[in-house]
Amino acid sequence: MAIEVRIPTILRTYTDGAKAVDASGTTLTALIDDLEGNHPGIKGRLIDDGELRRFVNVYINDEDVRFMGGLEAELSDGDQVVVLPAVAGG
Amino acid sequence: MLTIDQETYDAIVAHARRDHPDEACGVVAGPEGSDRPERFIEMVNAAGSPTFYEFDSSELLALYKDMDSREEEPVVIYHSHTATEAYPSRTDIGLASEPNAHYVLVSTREHGNNEGPVEFRSYRIIDGVVTEEDVTITPTEESSS
Repeated sequence: MAIEVRIPTILRTYTDGAKAVDASGTTLTALIDDLEGNHPGIKGRLIDDGELRRFVNVYINDEDVRFMGGLEAELSDGDQVVVLPAVAGG
Repeated sequence: MLTIDQETYDAIVAHARRDHPDEACGVVAGPEGSDRPERFIEMVNAAGSPTFYEFDSSELLALYKDMDSREEEPVVIYHSHTATEAYPSRTDIGLASEPNAHYVLVSTREHGNNEGPVEFRSYRIIDGVVTEEDVTITPTEESSS
């Protein structure tokens, strides 16, 4: 099962510069674990203390996963996942 | 160094003045790798706050998809400070996540919504390290791509 994951510039150090990588999983948690297997270190940039980091946005088919159950959000073959760091500050 | 045309510079300053006392924010996109800020995009500060800014999550996605399809990147990411100097705050530094972008800070603390000089400064923020850079303003050209 292949799900395309779009990687933001700042995390491309983990993907050898690739803008998008394939991963698999039936939930976002499983997908991130799968990503971590191929791109060690990336999980810690997305998850902190078992929660999605506050200033990292993840979208499944253009919808923010915060409205879809967060890390428990379900995935199916062909879904597209986009990771974008928040543009924010003080 | 940041090189930016007068019209874009004026648009950033006008946005900051208009949204004062809340922080204003936005992007100037340009062709990937060009370092040319060409397309001014005002964003809504979803935090609606005098001390914080954040792009709305769905607008953020729409912005990046649009830039992607045009083969652009955020060359400038700007926001205003409304009570403090135009220097990145600790939060700005911690959350900066575009290593290729020029982070522009405008301070409206002197004149608020009114005309008058504003501080307009530009920085690189990479891995928590802030480096200020010169800003060169060029005359706006008649045509744009």
